[in-house]
Amino acid sequence: MSLELRPTVTGTRVPSSDLAAPPVNHRPRWVLVGLGIGLVLAAAAFMTLGAKGSWEFLLPFRGTKLLAMALVGTAVAVSTVMFQTVTDNRILTPSIMGFDALYLLLQTSLVFAIGSARLAGVDTWARFVVEVSVMVVFGVGLYRWLLAGQRRSVHVLVLAGIVFGVFFRSLSGFMQRLIDPNEFVVLQDAMFASFNSFDRELVWLAAGLLACAISVAWALRRRLDVLLLGRERATTLGVDHRRTVGLVLVIVAVLVSVSTALVGPITFFGLLVANLAYRIAGTHRHAVVLPVAALLGVLALVAGQTVLERVFSFDTALAVIIEFLGGIVFLALLMRGERR
Amino acid sequence: MIDVLDAVKAYGSVRVVDGVRLALPAGGLTSIIGPNGAGKSTLLSLVARLVALDGGQVLVDGLDVTTSRSDVLAKRIAALRQENHLGSRLTVRDLVTFGRYPHSKGRPTAEDGEHVARSLEFLDLVPLADRFLDELSGGQRQRAFVAMVLCQDTDVLLLDEPLNNLDPRHAVAMMDRLRAAADELGKTVVVVVHDINVAAHYSDHIVAMCDGAVVHEGPPSAVIRPEVLSSVYGLPVEVHDLAGRPHATYFR
Amino acid sequence: MPRLGAAAGVIGLLAAVSLFVGVGDVSLGALASAVFAGDAESRHDLLLVGVSRVPRTIAIILAGAAMAIAGQIMQLLSRNRFVEPSTAGTVESAALGILIVTVLAPGAPVMVKMLVATLTALAGTALFLRILHQVPLRSVLVVPLVGLMLGGIINAVSTFFAYRLDLLQSLNTWMTGDFSGVLRGRYELLWISFALTVVAYVAADRFTVAGMGQDFVTTLGMNYRAVLALGLSIVSMVTAVVVVTVGAIPFLGLVVPNLVALIFGDNLRRTAPWVALGGAGFVLVCDLVGRTVRYPYEVPIGVVVGVVGSALFLALLLRRGARVA
Repeated sequence: MSLELRPTVTGTRVPSSDLAAPPVNHRPRWVLVGLGIGLVLAAAAFMTLGAKGSWEFLLPFRGTKLLAMALVGTAVAVSTVMFQTVTDNRILTPSIMGFDALYLLLQTSLVFAIGSARLAGVDTWARFVVEVSVMVVFGVGLYRWLLAGQRRSVHVLVLAGIVFGVFFRSLSGFMQRLIDPNEFVVLQDAMFASFNSFDRELVWLAAGLLACAISVAWALRRRLDVLLLGRERATTLGVDHRRTVGLVLVIVAVLVSVSTALVGPITFFGLLVANLAYRIAGTHRHAVVLPVAALLGVLALVAGQTVLERVFSFDTALAVIIEFLGGIVFLALLMRGERR
Repeated sequence: MIDVLDAVKAYGSVRVVDGVRLALPAGGLTSIIGPNGAGKSTLLSLVARLVALDGGQVLVDGLDVTTSRSDVLAKRIAALRQENHLGSRLTVRDLVTFGRYPHSKGRPTAEDGEHVARSLEFLDLVPLADRFLDELSGGQRQRAFVAMVLCQDTDVLLLDEPLNNLDPRHAVAMMDRLRAAADELGKTVVVVVHDINVAAHYSDHIVAMCDGAVVHEGPPSAVIRPEVLSSVYGLPVEVHDLAGRPHATYFR
Repeated sequence: MPRLGAAAGVIGLLAAVSLFVGVGDVSLGALASAVFAGDAESRHDLLLVGVSRVPRTIAIILAGAAMAIAGQIMQLLSRNRFVEPSTAGTVESAALGILIVTVLAPGAPVMVKMLVATLTALAGTALFLRILHQVPLRSVLVVPLVGLMLGGIINAVSTFFAYRLDLLQSLNTWMTGDFSGVLRGRYELLWISFALTVVAYVAADRFTVAGMGQDFVTTLGMNYRAVLALGLSIVSMVTAVVVVTVGAIPFLGLVVPNLVALIFGDNLRRTAPWVALGGAGFVLVCDLVGRTVRYPYEVPIGVVVGVVGSALFLALLLRRGARVA
């Protein structure tokens, strides 16, 4: 991943003797380096703390977990940033479009219909493929139905997504009241993202899918910058707004679906990570914001998981830790005020 | 009437308004002119107390804008900024009626209704009164905002580029109204304009700013001069006499 | 305003219907004879109406109207059409309160539980406002962002304890909107929300101007932070009372104001009656559906609203979609 940190807006080098050259903004560089170091430290802590047993076992065991966290953290961060650019609204996340709710509905319906015991016997690959397919089809279908045909705004799409989300959640809630409390405990595990017990073989499949989606997202980074200007200005600058937005939404659907199917509802920290990234990145350019957000996302997961394992001995959910600590960090940053 | 005493506004290390001293008497129309980034809009916002002062003091009719109660000031000063992007869906009538808020506090009386009706007529908005703002053209929206400011019925009117988006007929009508407000109703009108000739034609007093400071001030005859304008704007400006009034040209 | 009168009439009719729908068999004739003749069996019917049906119907109207208005205020204050009353951390605070009182005093009477939850919800809002006070309001998004983050933190705390104490399923159940438990003696807190709705109507102009932006608020002589504090306090108190009495009703605070704004615009003084009626009517219809669709069992209001609301909102959205502000 090459990082373009060239000093001018259009991305071309300007001779330093040119008086019109803007002051070089080094902040993104430092932020990325800082985050990189932080991540390396967190990863090292994760891999080594409380290590019992041989390295032959530990390395692949914790290594795959780390890989999964890297993938999912990047996927959530990137999808949230892109989604916010396309909807021009920094308090929205892809989960608002109903993905998490749909996943939960799938899990609840399965437990409700066939019971947790039989569910455990279903082949994990088949389950994964079904879950991802359903969510991607939903996301893409929603987009095509609402945006492709007629002149409607992204605003309508988001509202529709919210509506579906509420719909799915209502159905889930209804079924959850009816199922046996013992079954509910099993379902409860599905309600929270967990890196403790995902299927290791699936990681490689997920890795492939996520890597593809992330590289397409990276390729779009300059067009995303233009999208920040709004539909009209983007069009006059030659960017096909409709097609780009469509592509972004497909990528978002894939990223969110694969991550959720792999480890459970994980998009909750997207809001936190995206907004933190905007604040500290020092620039609006996606070429910087996307990597910063990705690093923050992975850092949040690795640090959170380490705390979960070492401090709480697995006896709570990752979401609880990240939302709590992350929320406090974010509010503290806000209250301190940012000097731009 | 409006006393600006060493007003300062800084963003970071950049002093956008750098120790401005100004004393504008009551009544009459004053134009603030100057190149982009001279601090004209910021100065206007400081007087309107929309932006906080970093140094100095601004007194309007003896009231310190920083310490006086906002609702008291709202009956003395009405202001309109340059950019008015409204996310809300309001009708023209709703918007103009809000201009009466400082007086009626949300309980409109018959007198308020008359003010609203007069403001709507004044700016040729009666056929548009019940349309939503987001359905109007830029110029129509602009007139609605100015109508709201007029409706507030204050002694001081501060308008930042009121002629934005207006066609010649409406621009002339707008300036005629503002002139009438100053002459017949005794209001103190301060406008920021980028068109030198609007300032030249309609003002009693012109304030020229550059780099955050006032560089020239006086009646049109003193400010609309080639040497003054050329130094303020940084390009050669010629001034001609057209029917007894000064007229600047700078296009070559 | 003839149209408004007609709408109010429809709501009245729905309310009347609501009184007579349900598991118990009540008819107008029986009621009349109970009042005038007064034998034991017909007194039972009167009791049913008095203790269960009337309070329930009143609760529906009050909760529906209040939540819808709270939603509109929230949207005006954050200048964002996607926020709900819950975007101030209130719902999460109320949930935490319910959890606390359940764990520490499981035998306490219902009214006590409700009061504790209302207090925690208010504390949550006070915290929200305090944090907001310290934060420079440079962008409009700060308000909902702080609310969402705070809500997330509080939710994390509740989930942490509920998870350990195996109370998560119960917590979900309490928080789901459900009018079946509404009886006389349990719903009176909702009158507070009625009072607050009236306050909101009186202060309507302030909120409309707030929706226009900070500059307009200042230039018209109001204090922006004061308007913000007033609005947010109303929103949280309403939310707290409703959530604590009947649970969370999704959609109401988001959908009804959006729909009304599409048609009538954003002038709160004009739209408030429509929003209130819309909210009340919507919940009345959903409640009727919930009570009749699987007679004699009842489908909780939260579920019905989710389903009926979704369909309704989608239909309306798609019809007017092209002209969304």
